Amino acid sequence: MTLLDQFQLILKTAGWPEWAVYLTPAIVGILIIIIFVLTVVIVFIWWERRLISRFQIRLGPNRCGPEGILQPIATAVKILLKEDIVPEKADKLIHFIAPIIVFVPILLIFAVVPFGEGAILVDLNVGIIYVIAISSISVIGIFMAAWGSGNKYSYISGMRSIAQMVSYEIPVVLSIVGIALVTGSFSMIKIVEAQSIPFILLQPLGFLIFFLGSLAEMNRSPFDLLEADSEIVAGYHIEYSGMKFAMFYLGEYGVALAYSGIITTLFLSGWQGPLLPPILWFIIKVMLVFSLIIWMRATLPRLRVDQLMSFAWKFLLPMAVINLVVVAVEVLVLPAGLQWVMVILNFGLAAVLILLWSKLFTLGGGRVEV
Amino acid sequence: MPIKTEQFYLNVGPQHPSTHGVFRLRLSLDGEVVTDVEPIIGYLHRGIEKLAESRTYTQIIPLTDRLDYLASMTDNVAYCLAVEKLAGIKIPERAEYIRVIFSELMRISSHMMAVGFYLNDCGAFFTPVLYMWREREKIIDLFDMVCGQRLLYNYMRVGGVSQDVPDEFLPAIKKFVAEMPRYIGEYNQLIKQNEIFLARSKGVGILPKETAVNIGASGPVLRASGVKWDIRKMDPYSIYDRFDFEVPTGEAGDCYDRYWVRIQEMTQSLRIIEQAINQIPAKGPICSEVPQFFRPPPGETYGYIEAPKGNLGFYIVSDGSIAPYRLHIYPPTLINITALKDMMIGWKVADLIIIFGSMDVVLGEIDR
Repeated sequence: MTLLDQFQLILKTAGWPEWAVYLTPAIVGILIIIIFVLTVVIVFIWWERRLISRFQIRLGPNRCGPEGILQPIATAVKILLKEDIVPEKADKLIHFIAPIIVFVPILLIFAVVPFGEGAILVDLNVGIIYVIAISSISVIGIFMAAWGSGNKYSYISGMRSIAQMVSYEIPVVLSIVGIALVTGSFSMIKIVEAQSIPFILLQPLGFLIFFLGSLAEMNRSPFDLLEADSEIVAGYHIEYSGMKFAMFYLGEYGVALAYSGIITTLFLSGWQGPLLPPILWFIIKVMLVFSLIIWMRATLPRLRVDQLMSFAWKFLLPMAVINLVVVAVEVLVLPAGLQWVMVILNFGLAAVLILLWSKLFTLGGGRVEV
Repeated sequence: MPIKTEQFYLNVGPQHPSTHGVFRLRLSLDGEVVTDVEPIIGYLHRGIEKLAESRTYTQIIPLTDRLDYLASMTDNVAYCLAVEKLAGIKIPERAEYIRVIFSELMRISSHMMAVGFYLNDCGAFFTPVLYMWREREKIIDLFDMVCGQRLLYNYMRVGGVSQDVPDEFLPAIKKFVAEMPRYIGEYNQLIKQNEIFLARSKGVGILPKETAVNIGASGPVLRASGVKWDIRKMDPYSIYDRFDFEVPTGEAGDCYDRYWVRIQEMTQSLRIIEQAINQIPAKGPICSEVPQFFRPPPGETYGYIEAPKGNLGFYIVSDGSIAPYRLHIYPPTLINITALKDMMIGWKVADLIIIFGSMDVVLGEIDR
């Protein structure tokens, strides 16, 4: 029974009309989630800037408030006060609605992310499929922004976004199917409850594939080709300023938070953990995943576009398929109590496959005769 | 009905994060593949060669600072060597050593910027640049200690250097030389075995040996193509014949080799500095007697050195007055980028950026 259901029960016993019993908890829940997400996004922006500064032997923002914690707020105020510029050649309507189409699906993802025990807006029985479906909508928004800006750099970025998002969707979904096989459910709550052993141990390969795939889905380094600042300057949001740019900026960190939350839920046993309250465990794990993403951003150069594609199709996809088949066989053959055997088998499989792939394939690509 | 298509042109620069200044490229693209390149230069033209004709020989030195502003010291050295060659001036022993030490420090600093920003062009988020900057700051502090400037030094003079190094300089540079190999190890740890970096730069932007020689390339770009040519070895100017160092070369002439040659040259420069510190005479004059308005005899000369980016030459025509009749600068990077078109065609937009980055271009020198 989720917290929302309990809230509804209280209202029902208090004798509220039926429409209010359903509407009030929903609105309250949505508001709480939006406020939570925006707050965490602000903390994320601060945390990324501070942490990446440490990686780069500098201090980072430290003037606004203690340890610079108010810097994102100052940035937000600055962005809001900026002039909203629409280019002459832009498709005005598409240019206007693109940031909304990018940002809203990201908020929708949080409907099925369990922040704590029972702290979930709706426990859909197809929760994880819903996440994949909703997050794909952002691609359309990004392409609309790229196309509607009427800028050649953003046009290239739009072309890249379609190729990248579509390619990486497939290994991501396949790695999720492995989890669904073990849990027997797509519901986020059931997935968390099934993790007496965190799935990162049970399916190391699945975790790797999902993690790398989600990096590409959220345009994070080393897959940040959409906004490759050294090549296409800022990509799809090159022609945006003011509040519209803020939507993209919030969306970028919002999707990072969403995917960190989903990785926590799917592979790091969600809110579960000893001693500390569930919500705190959830936040700690999310911050760990996000810090890992920042670490990669601070360390790695960017892949080229053809290398990005071959990485998805030649590395991740075959591995995901093999992982799926092996997990399916294991679920069939092994009795439910022998999960530790599965851990050992899967770690062996991951090691062998990664070694094999690193020997067999190269990222390749090269000069094209023109 | 055939679908109407049109050529996709992309204008990269002059305002672009990766053009290292105000370089401009007009690209024809087929998808992401570059089918034609038209480099356009001249956005930073300041007419330095013309300005020099109305200045005395000493007043030209600050102008040379503004050529390759990441390696001002070697620009000064090149110009002063050319004037000294023209007027037949011998410079004191201690000044020679100071010049060598500063040229090599400048080479390390310039290569650091080149490697760091090359990694930035590859898409690393500023981390390599900032690690390189940490040590570049130390070099700049050394320069600051001696001549009070951090970027445009105006330190060399015709006949020597403007002022002697302070007492705390030699201990400071000894400390720097002792620390530096560890930092170079750090760079290698961060960069050299990075799989993405190797995939991005190995085999990309190959400049074949023949082309490199034919266009007259010089510096690390030429050496990365496998040609063992270094003016410090082939035609030793100043006192470079007294030092023991090697000329690192690459094999393939790709972006990776250009990166790796630069890293190795840093080590070799450190070796030269170490020997120079040990050999430098304790005290003595640092500038020979040159009158303030000195008039070299009429004639012409060409003086050239191995600057961090290649063969930097100054051609000076004197008519016996206090200002040169004509000054011409032979900039290494302008010559090196003449091969850009051949190197870039057929590669993708992302490769084009790193090929340009690997050439280590400073627009102040190209446009003059």
